[in-house]
Amino acid sequence: MTGLHDAFSRARDEGRAALIGYLPAGFPTSDGSVLLIKAMVASGVDIVEVGLPYSDPLMDGPVIQEAADTALRQGMTPAGVLDVVERVAATGAATLVMSYWNPVERFGVDEFAGGLARAGGCGVITPDLTPEEAGEWTRATYEHGIDRVFLVAPSSTDARLRTVASACTGFVYAASTMGVTGARTSVSGAAESLVSRVREASSLPVAVGLGVSSGDQAAQIAAYADGVIVGSAFIRRVLDAPSLQAAEASVRELVAELAAGVRRRTE
Amino acid sequence: MASATNSGHFGPYGGRFVPEALTAALDELDEVFHAAMDDPAFRAELERLERDYTGRPSPLTEAVRFGQEHCSGARIFLKREDLNHTGSHKINNVLGQALLTVRMGKKRVIAETGAGQHGVATATAAALLGLDCVVYMGEEDTRRQALNVVRMRLLGATVVPVTAGRRTLKDAINEAMRDWVTSVDDTHYILGTVTGPSPFPDMVRTFQSVIGREARAQILDRTGRLPDAVAACVGGGSNAMGIFTAFIGDADVQLWGFEAGGDGVSTGRHAARFAGGSPGVLHGARTFVMQDEWGQTVPSHSISAGLDYPGVGPQHAWLHDSGRASYEAVDDAEAMRAFQALCRTEGIIPAIESAHALAGAMRLGSRMGPDGMALVNLSGRGDKDVATATRWFGIDEPDEAAEGR
Repeated sequence: MTGLHDAFSRARDEGRAALIGYLPAGFPTSDGSVLLIKAMVASGVDIVEVGLPYSDPLMDGPVIQEAADTALRQGMTPAGVLDVVERVAATGAATLVMSYWNPVERFGVDEFAGGLARAGGCGVITPDLTPEEAGEWTRATYEHGIDRVFLVAPSSTDARLRTVASACTGFVYAASTMGVTGARTSVSGAAESLVSRVREASSLPVAVGLGVSSGDQAAQIAAYADGVIVGSAFIRRVLDAPSLQAAEASVRELVAELAAGVRRRTE
Repeated sequence: MASATNSGHFGPYGGRFVPEALTAALDELDEVFHAAMDDPAFRAELERLERDYTGRPSPLTEAVRFGQEHCSGARIFLKREDLNHTGSHKINNVLGQALLTVRMGKKRVIAETGAGQHGVATATAAALLGLDCVVYMGEEDTRRQALNVVRMRLLGATVVPVTAGRRTLKDAINEAMRDWVTSVDDTHYILGTVTGPSPFPDMVRTFQSVIGREARAQILDRTGRLPDAVAACVGGGSNAMGIFTAFIGDADVQLWGFEAGGDGVSTGRHAARFAGGSPGVLHGARTFVMQDEWGQTVPSHSISAGLDYPGVGPQHAWLHDSGRASYEAVDDAEAMRAFQALCRTEGIIPAIESAHALAGAMRLGSRMGPDGMALVNLSGRGDKDVATATRWFGIDEPDEAAEGR
């Protein structure tokens, strides 16, 4: 049982969904990303996703692309990401990496899984890796005791949901809409029916991401999902802030709103 | 060995590395593609368009003076894909996929384009079949290939300049994929080359393989024997797979792919994936990729926008590893010498992409000597490259004599 399992259990015991926050390592700088992620954890994020910046993020909208470009220009590397993970995981928060597949393969599948485990990370979300291509990854994650999180989408058939969910450990990542990352004013009804279809196929927690940016949306999703994932909205806050201090304050403010959102139905 | 047998893999290459949201659409495409190829009515319609619209079969031209003066006397035959409607081999694949789009009941097509040839071909087929068409093109390329942007707009397509990343072909593919994830219900992505997630490499190869089927019959008919070598340029690699496929079973026929050496492989400014890349995953497939030590894609460079791409079709990666095909890099200067040689000896202005294959034929000629015979895929015509050639050769234009020198 990993940190992820504990984080979801704790939230469930409190009768709420877990809040999952994403930020790329190295954005706006390496130290800056550690500071901001620690601020997220301190103000109510339960699970952290550290993004590994990649040159060709074909599932990401313009906001995350810009953050990844910034991080790469600063010289962020996979080893640097593991360093960020280590510093963040030291807070005790369950810490995941979200990475496109090529940088992991290039680093060495076993080396990456082992390095992450040593850094105190608890799993990896792989947006462009499907279970069919994940033979070596499955062995490596099993070997090093870290979770593997694959994505499901509204277009996934029931048979496909069974295949993907049974390949996941930790939780199942449900993409709320057919689209790329980025804040949306409303999260489609497709997410709720997707979550209920995943529950038919798996007993793992299900977290919903893509397009979530407000406390109201978080509350809405928390009513049916085990986790609410927010990424681009945090990056937007950082991009709009005049300084790192202002960014930190703004990130804390958003976390507070979202954390209240995931608790709203019990209040 | 040569076909995608194990769920879209070619040896260790190929596969599907895409967001799960696309899995259902790729499964549907795979199913519809195979059903269509088994349907005599679909094949008849495709053949009708190839004949009456594209102008197939394309001629096989013996380049006698080019062979004698530049290829050590070897016999050189050109497969004239430059004479197809829209000016390149791209139309072969586009017509097949556009018919599949109609068969799937989808109303909109999207495409990426670098030099603009695939975008023009897609806009053409969309106009012919009454489909909405959006073409993603790196902003940098819209400037370099302004003529083709106008052609696409004349044909009714929307051209979206992509400002992300390096603003070239690689980024246009990213943007097309992002559109497709969002629009997949009513939209088909007409990918222009033999890369991307399965079933694209296998499907595009199938639609392009008409090139080699025709050429093999034509050269047997003309000379009574098979060529010693078949040569093609390799960007993504669709014209090369198109002409190679018919010859893969002919063990005595050498297959040669020529990739873009840019300023020279040693300079790092090139698009030579085999000479300067390594196995990795890009745009949905495992293949040879130009990447740094951390797996970040490295920008490619070539005078030819159509070869300026950091990945290559996965079947080429497998043909490379298995030794069935050989790949060499041709740099900008060598390609432009071959470009000029064909213009002056045969009265044919080739696409700069295809000039890389012609430069390859010059090398093969010097190795084979006068008894040798090579088949070269002349994949496109050079009208689009006139501005580039003008700059390269310093040919004076009356109004601009003092500019850009």
